[in-house]
Amino acid sequence: MAEAEESPGDPGTASPRPLMRDLKAVGKKFMHVLYPRKSNTLLRDWDLWGPLILCVTLALMLQRDSADSEKDGGPQFAEVFVIVWFGAVTITLNSKLLGGNISFFQSLCVLGYCILPLTVAMLICRLVLLAGPGPVNFMVRLFVVIVMFAWSIVASTAFLADSQPPNRRALAVYPVFLFYFVISWMILTFTPQ
Amino acid sequence: YLCQIDLQMEFGDVATSVTANPDATTVSIEDPGETPKHQTGPLRGSGREEDDELLGNDDSDKTELLAGQKKSSPFWTFEYYQTFFDVDTYQVFDRIKGSLLPIPGKNFVRLYIRSNPDLYGPFWICATLVFAIAISGNLSNFLIHLGEKTYHYVPEFRKVSIAATIIYAYAWLVPLALWGFLMWRNSKVMNIVSYSFLEIVCVYGYSLFIYIPTAILWIIPQKAVRWILVMIALGISGSVLAMTFWPAVREDNRRVALATIMTIVLLHVLLSVGCLAYFFDAPEMDHLPTTTAIPNQTVAAAKSS
Repeated sequence: MAEAEESPGDPGTASPRPLMRDLKAVGKKFMHVLYPRKSNTLLRDWDLWGPLILCVTLALMLQRDSADSEKDGGPQFAEVFVIVWFGAVTITLNSKLLGGNISFFQSLCVLGYCILPLTVAMLICRLVLLAGPGPVNFMVRLFVVIVMFAWSIVASTAFLADSQPPNRRALAVYPVFLFYFVISWMILTFTPQ
Repeated sequence: YLCQIDLQMEFGDVATSVTANPDATTVSIEDPGETPKHQTGPLRGSGREEDDELLGNDDSDKTELLAGQKKSSPFWTFEYYQTFFDVDTYQVFDRIKGSLLPIPGKNFVRLYIRSNPDLYGPFWICATLVFAIAISGNLSNFLIHLGEKTYHYVPEFRKVSIAATIIYAYAWLVPLALWGFLMWRNSKVMNIVSYSFLEIVCVYGYSLFIYIPTAILWIIPQKAVRWILVMIALGISGSVLAMTFWPAVREDNRRVALATIMTIVLLHVLLSVGCLAYFFDAPEMDHLPTTTAIPNQTVAAAKSS
């Protein structure tokens, strides 16, 4: 992947943003999600690349190896995509309708980035499942998913809760809880062939 | 003073309260989106009890006064839809509590919604119910078939879309049909109480709340337990619906009124029984193999002796 630099010597060509700078911005936001503090970085410099990468990774990992994945009953790639993006849009609309003062894309950005702990949980689950099925296996996965679910909720609430008036905060946070719960359920019930 | 407050409660509009004749009936054409002005008649005994209850709460005075002055934006603006989410946390909790504890004589719409129907409750209660049914059904099937050798667990993700279609269709189409029917009857018989479309959606949405804990408890693989839960849930939400809509049809022909209430309850029954049947497998009789083994043993013991 070549770095695209600004070259003042070329007249008439638009200078594309340096790729490394974008990657660094995405990485910085990942760090902000992993160690949630009261900071405005996620909100101020929103981008949707991080959420896209996370969503694609999660959807790919939720696929099975078998050829006829139709019969497995698990979510297809498109279904995961739709759930994540449709869910995030619905929560954002809900937040705005309740009178929150967060912009549409900022909210999408926060919700998308806070899927990071659950994506990590999915990775760990897949690794743990390589050891073969069993009740101990399941308890480990359950524990990991629960911890990461709580992490996602805490991270996203830290960013989103302030944008709501205090008498409606619970109303705005509950859909976030439901959203990450459904994703956690999809991760927990993943069974490879 | 009491009379003036009553008028403000009934009409919800400060301007008309002082000069209006308390015994006059007002007729208003209902639009789906606008804040409704209730048709009122002479204050009756039961109405007075309700008003006393309403008067006891100071906040209710303010909300009633303000409700009459809600400005309506055109439907293509964002502010128009914001009026349907104009609820606080405690109001949503109050409405949910009202749907769980139906008190005879108390009308859910009058007591809790009071010209401020919201779409937050119906939408998110339905969303939660969809996932509660799908996930509980999946868990329950997993637990029932746990010992079987031929069983391979599948998440059954398709059922989420089916559940979503059923629940949301019920929560929107049945209120639409009911609202249309009530409007049609209103044109023939002057009903004292009439509801706007959003209030009906609101009642239906909140009345579905009881099914969320019911669906979770349906994981228990006992037929008797499941049917008892169905009865309880139907009893509670059915009575909320019946008590809400009875005042709207009681002025009508007796048969039509009873048929309407029966249809409302029947559709509710269909929904709950249908969901139970489709998403939750019947618990198998696990002890059958052992009971067939015992006669063989007794026969063998009889032969050997």
